[in-house]
Amino acid sequence: MQKEMTGAEMVIQALLDQGVEHIFGYPGGAVLPIYDALFQQDKLRHVLVRHEQGAVHAAEGYARSSGKVGAVLVTSGPGATNAVTGLTDALMDSIPIVVLTGQVPTHLIGNDAFQECDTVGITRPCTKHNYLVKNVNDLSRILHEAFYVAANGRPGPVVVDIPKDIQFAKGTYVGPKNIQHKTYQPKLKGDLDKVKAAVELMRHAKKPVFYTGGGIINSGKEASVLLRELVKLTGFPITSTLMGLGAYPAADPQWLGMLGMHGTYEANLTMHDCDVMICIGARFDDRITGRLDAFSPGSKKIHVDIDPSSINKNVHVDLAIVGDCAHVLEDMVRLWRAGSVTPDKKALAAWWKQIDEWRGKKSLAYKNSKEIIKPQYAIQRLYEFTKGLDAYITTEVGQHQMWAAQFYQFQEPRRWMTSGGLGTMGYGLPAAVGVQMAHPKSLVIDIAGEASVLMTMQEMSTAAQYDLPIKIFILNNQYMGMVRQWQELLHGGRYSHSYTESLPDFVKLAEAYHCVGMRCEKPGDLDAAIQEMIKVKKPVIFDCVVDQAENCFPMIPSGRAHNEMLLGDAGVSVEDAITEEGKVLV
Amino acid sequence: MNTTATTHYPAAKETQQIEHRTLSILVDNEPGVLARVIGLFSGRGYNIDSLTVSETEHEQHLSRITIATQGTPMVIEQIKNQLERLVPVHRVVDLTAGMTAIEREIALVKVRGKDNNRVEALRLADAFRARVIDATTESFVFEITGKSDKIDQFVVLMAPLGLVEVSRSGIVAIGRGPEGM
Ligand SMILES: Cc1ncc(C[n+]2csc(CCOP(=O)(O)OP(=O)(O)O)c2C)c(N)n1
Ligand SMILES: [Mg+2]
Repeated sequence: MQKEMTGAEMVIQALLDQGVEHIFGYPGGAVLPIYDALFQQDKLRHVLVRHEQGAVHAAEGYARSSGKVGAVLVTSGPGATNAVTGLTDALMDSIPIVVLTGQVPTHLIGNDAFQECDTVGITRPCTKHNYLVKNVNDLSRILHEAFYVAANGRPGPVVVDIPKDIQFAKGTYVGPKNIQHKTYQPKLKGDLDKVKAAVELMRHAKKPVFYTGGGIINSGKEASVLLRELVKLTGFPITSTLMGLGAYPAADPQWLGMLGMHGTYEANLTMHDCDVMICIGARFDDRITGRLDAFSPGSKKIHVDIDPSSINKNVHVDLAIVGDCAHVLEDMVRLWRAGSVTPDKKALAAWWKQIDEWRGKKSLAYKNSKEIIKPQYAIQRLYEFTKGLDAYITTEVGQHQMWAAQFYQFQEPRRWMTSGGLGTMGYGLPAAVGVQMAHPKSLVIDIAGEASVLMTMQEMSTAAQYDLPIKIFILNNQYMGMVRQWQELLHGGRYSHSYTESLPDFVKLAEAYHCVGMRCEKPGDLDAAIQEMIKVKKPVIFDCVVDQAENCFPMIPSGRAHNEMLLGDAGVSVEDAITEEGKVLV
Repeated sequence: MNTTATTHYPAAKETQQIEHRTLSILVDNEPGVLARVIGLFSGRGYNIDSLTVSETEHEQHLSRITIATQGTPMVIEQIKNQLERLVPVHRVVDLTAGMTAIEREIALVKVRGKDNNRVEALRLADAFRARVIDATTESFVFEITGKSDKIDQFVVLMAPLGLVEVSRSGIVAIGRGPEGM
């Protein structure tokens, strides 16, 4: 398809041709022509946020929960700089989004014009790729290319910076067909010889473990199905990163729980002691490995990833397979079925016996209370009442996020939206807006901390405007709990600026936003309150007042190895557990 | 030079040797491509010992960037993988691998002096096959090409004879034999 139109019209046409139904945005001088074009059509729905950071997080939630590319439209200068946190977040967590930024007219670029900033310069390190459009006849190609780059290979954010004169200029629109990037063509199939070697290693393993990550989610539904099949076929234990939760059902007996800094004892010990590690779509991040020189010292490591730069970055692996998770898993399943050697049943049984012993530690156990709501208990109850429902969970960042990961049982992929790599406080509320937009009939809950949620609270106004019945479930401990926990462990209990003196009244705040406010302070009232929250057909802020002193365990202190975990009831003084070296780490 | 792995956890004991490598990177000649490559090196703490860039295939708008860098084999592998991940990068070739590459540098060397120093500078220039490309009664500008260590040596010898300044191109390199990259 080729057609004459203005740059602004091309933007709308390209978005529609790319299958975009919703775009999250905020207007301004440098994008007025695009907003004008938006006004004159009714196919593409614009969602007006209250801050550009919110637009990007909303697009992330939309993308991660639906598998589609999220779209954002913001103005030049402050609009673009406000989007930077979201872009970095999407880059770290491999979320496909396309962000369109307005720019001052081409002839003013470089003149410090009003609301000018070097958007491509600022966003170069926080995007997968970015473009400045200098000719209207390049615009449609660049837009289609942007969607291609965002979604293919390891997904990520792409910025297209469009000067205002280009939006007004007339040119030729080209459709998305025949647009393929000339160089960027990621490899999907894994090298078959290597997959064979991997399956061979797995067959002879005595103490194997699957360690999976967000790559499985990004690869698509099929990858989760194949993973489940392979795990069942092999009978191996499986753990996953924060980003990978839901790819394998938490209710299954082969599931060990999440691994890493706040992972379960059994998951971390299994990783430490295994002889064959099968890493699929994860990246050996520092939250996962703990002390590098003591990371799973005796294992042969297989790493499957679509991004070659993730391989051998932190941890040297024995067998690297570059490819898309679903493709490689498919080959693995086929080869495993075709093989004649049967795995060492006796060794595997002994391995499971060992794992069950570790499980016996009950590392997630906590002391419940009748007087005060324990945050872990609140999440367990939330899970009980929502597990049968079509529910999506987002989170903010802090202790509540870790408790959500530990206690909410994810059974399906794309149900869990959290800021893993960047750890962005304020992610969860706007992400919930995006998720609800993509799934209008589903139950969308942001498990929040009272400090985080204030960072993007204004998006309640967006939720109200678009009738998005999101539920903001705040575990209110009045503290930046995760900061308080580190201050307790590392800084002699000097709680420097981690307590919020004058929190708003969240119930009244909800009402001010035309939403519903609820508060619960007693464990005995919790069940009824949660059930009521679920029934409300409007956005809700649920102020769940919890124990202020609770710490998140288990924990691998900074600079320690997997087998040096701290358990909640362990007799060790936590202060002794962290080395001087460990204190400088984050 | 960042020799530790890219984590802030205490790294595994560094047992790998630091190696010097020359990488040839074929890229689309589009705005910002050099900034992307350089930004990757500074952002991830990799070292650039030498950098040259110029358009080499006019029709296809391709440029060739030659970077001399150093690191452990694991870091070098990272650098290559990270470079290949950049969207406008076509190919990355490690020219040092296999020791088959030819590396050259050009330098312009300004020397100021009188009498014996002047004569001595000319004699040395001759021995190094450096050409005089500018002269006044009290100065010369020499043009010298060769491997970097040859140029280093020439510059060292000129220092006591009145070395004023040096401008060096950085390394350009190409593989031996009939095959292209
Ligand atoms: C934007 C941003 N600023 C600062 C931090 C550092 N930080 C990590 S967790 C945390 C405290 C979060 O407090 P809250 O939302 O109440 O959650 P809690 O830990 O109490 O559950 C802070 C300040 C961050 N992750 N993000
Ligand atoms: Mg808190």
